[in-house]
Amino acid sequence: MWRLQLEVRHLEQRAHDLFLQNLIKGTSHLAVGQEAIAAGCATAMRPGDYTFCTYRGHAHTLVRGASMTGMLGELMGKECGMLQGKGGSMHLTDVEKGAMGSYAIIGAHLPIATGAAWAAQYNKTGAVSFCFFGDGTTNIGAFHEALNFAVIWKLPVVFVCENNLYMEYTPIGEVTAVEHPAADRAGAYGLESIIVDGNDADAVYRVARAAVDKAVAGDGPSLIEAKTYRHYGHSRADPATYRPDEEVEEWMAKDPIPMYRSRLLEFGVPEKVVGDIEKSVLKAVDDATEEAKASPVPRDELAHTDVWADGGSAWRN
Amino acid sequence: MAELTYREAVADAIAQEMERDDKVVFLGEDIAKAGGVFKTTVGLYDKFGPDRVRDTPISEQAILGAAMGAAMTGLRPIAEIMFSDFFAVCWDIVVNQIAKTRYMTGGQVTMPLVIRSANGGGVRFGAQHSQSIENWAMMIPGLKVIAPSTPADVKGLLAASIRDPDPVIFFEQKSLYGDKGEIPDGEHVDELGTARVVRDGTDAVIYALAAMVPRSIKAAERLEADLGIRVSVVDVRSLVPLDTRTLFSEFRKSGRAFTVEENPRLCGWGAEISSLITEECFWDMDLPVTRITTPHIPLASADNLEDQMIPSVDRIFETVRAGLD
Ligand SMILES: Cc1ncc(C[n+]2csc(CCOP(=O)(O)OP(=O)(O)O)c2C)c(N)n1
Ligand SMILES: [Mg+2]
Repeated sequence: MWRLQLEVRHLEQRAHDLFLQNLIKGTSHLAVGQEAIAAGCATAMRPGDYTFCTYRGHAHTLVRGASMTGMLGELMGKECGMLQGKGGSMHLTDVEKGAMGSYAIIGAHLPIATGAAWAAQYNKTGAVSFCFFGDGTTNIGAFHEALNFAVIWKLPVVFVCENNLYMEYTPIGEVTAVEHPAADRAGAYGLESIIVDGNDADAVYRVARAAVDKAVAGDGPSLIEAKTYRHYGHSRADPATYRPDEEVEEWMAKDPIPMYRSRLLEFGVPEKVVGDIEKSVLKAVDDATEEAKASPVPRDELAHTDVWADGGSAWRN
Repeated sequence: MAELTYREAVADAIAQEMERDDKVVFLGEDIAKAGGVFKTTVGLYDKFGPDRVRDTPISEQAILGAAMGAAMTGLRPIAEIMFSDFFAVCWDIVVNQIAKTRYMTGGQVTMPLVIRSANGGGVRFGAQHSQSIENWAMMIPGLKVIAPSTPADVKGLLAASIRDPDPVIFFEQKSLYGDKGEIPDGEHVDELGTARVVRDGTDAVIYALAAMVPRSIKAAERLEADLGIRVSVVDVRSLVPLDTRTLFSEFRKSGRAFTVEENPRLCGWGAEISSLITEECFWDMDLPVTRITTPHIPLASADNLEDQMIPSVDRIFETVRAGLD
């Protein structure tokens, strides 16, 4: 979990730097500060389980084992990009690894994750579908439709609300009828109200693991609310000046990375082991950066492929 | 050959495909135990059981989202949206998710699913339960769009849609549900992307879809009987993929074309066909293409008001007659 959190932190940091160098265009929504949720959940997942996430999805895609080169290449619009340059930052996907996509319309992927859980139930594969979304997403209809649907069909899906206190620029409390946007709604669907410290990867792992066990046992979905904070603004365009200084300071002190480092040292993991992991992660990020930079841009003809299953885009004969 | 109604052909097609492939599953509101609000799916629940034929809550986004997630992970779902007007509450899932995900992921996922829906007017339901929305679907890259006019085509094209590896929006015309027709014995599977010439003629061609096909045939019969004008009728059947080969070859016989569309005027499929003919058959054109459509107004419910809006046999007859005059 230490490695996973570091991979996310350093890859996101690199994405940020490459943005500043104008090597990455468009937008990006970084998960710096929220790494523990991705790492804790991914550690509870088994190969074959599904991840559905949002535009803030670099972390969730990476922790399933997606290639850093494929991810950075996609952000840079290179042919080595995992989506051949057709998706970009908000749509990272690696189906082979179980990363079933990053969805950029708020709420849409909750029903979709539910459908993957339905297929797993129908085919008796034992797979569990994880669905990550933000606090703001609890106020859109698809959230409520998906929860009700998953409960009545007893589907093996784990809904994880990453409550980073803001929907874009607005504090979630200003626009939500209840204090805990996900947990306080759980009861409406007959679910247990679960709140976890989203900056503590071990705590996240424990609740995620319990949710997986419940799903595998055929006891249906879970809804987890993980409290966390993003260090950067909502997206590339946002300097996040609307957040009070004390709040930022308070949460910076709860940065999941130093917290986890202290815990490892406290448990007697040698400093060298902890440091070597960080070094090897940094090297992997450096290597991926160089590889992605060296990759050519996608061939023009790729624009016309893969609309249809036959590989093409013809709409007429 | 058995005679079935358009409505019965729906369940017949689904049963044929569910028997053949246990990955085919079916979900929607009131479709299982109740057999559908239009009684199109009667018997499927008893035959295939609650795991494969599932009633859902009134949650159109969840219905289509679940169909998509299941399609991405190995099933071949059929989802019903009761009235096509209700696509408006789940259009995100159709347009942004189902249609685009294959492309946006560089071909990593396949989306073998069918969304069936009762489309169109003529039954006095008013403007929120009568729309013809085939043009909404047609304009979205990544969706195949089918609208049959006969029971045999319902069966053959629905079966083909279920077997197709891409998402298909399958429009059933609700005013046709009671129509009867012969259905070939045994397994019947048609081909998407094919139009059919349903009546020969050399003086002009009418392109029609769904409920407008039988009306166009009647108008053509009267044109011949009353005036000796021989008009061919092409059932377009498949808007995407579009069988331009058949459309053009029929056009070249006369150089005169009419489209008969139930959708409101603006951006109807007839405009696309008209534009294609102008671009690609210009030197064969004898007349401008004339579009016969529902006017650009929401559909009214009173008998006489709805009837004056949707193209009728009389209006088709009169427009073609005047056009060829
Ligand atoms: C349907 C829809 N409405 C609005 C947006 C614009 N938008 C993108 S992210 C976002 C905020 C989402 O907040 P939250 O769910 O808390 O996720 P976070 O970004 O904090 O991770 C909004 C409003 C959108 N993408 N989709
Ligand atoms: Mg948020």
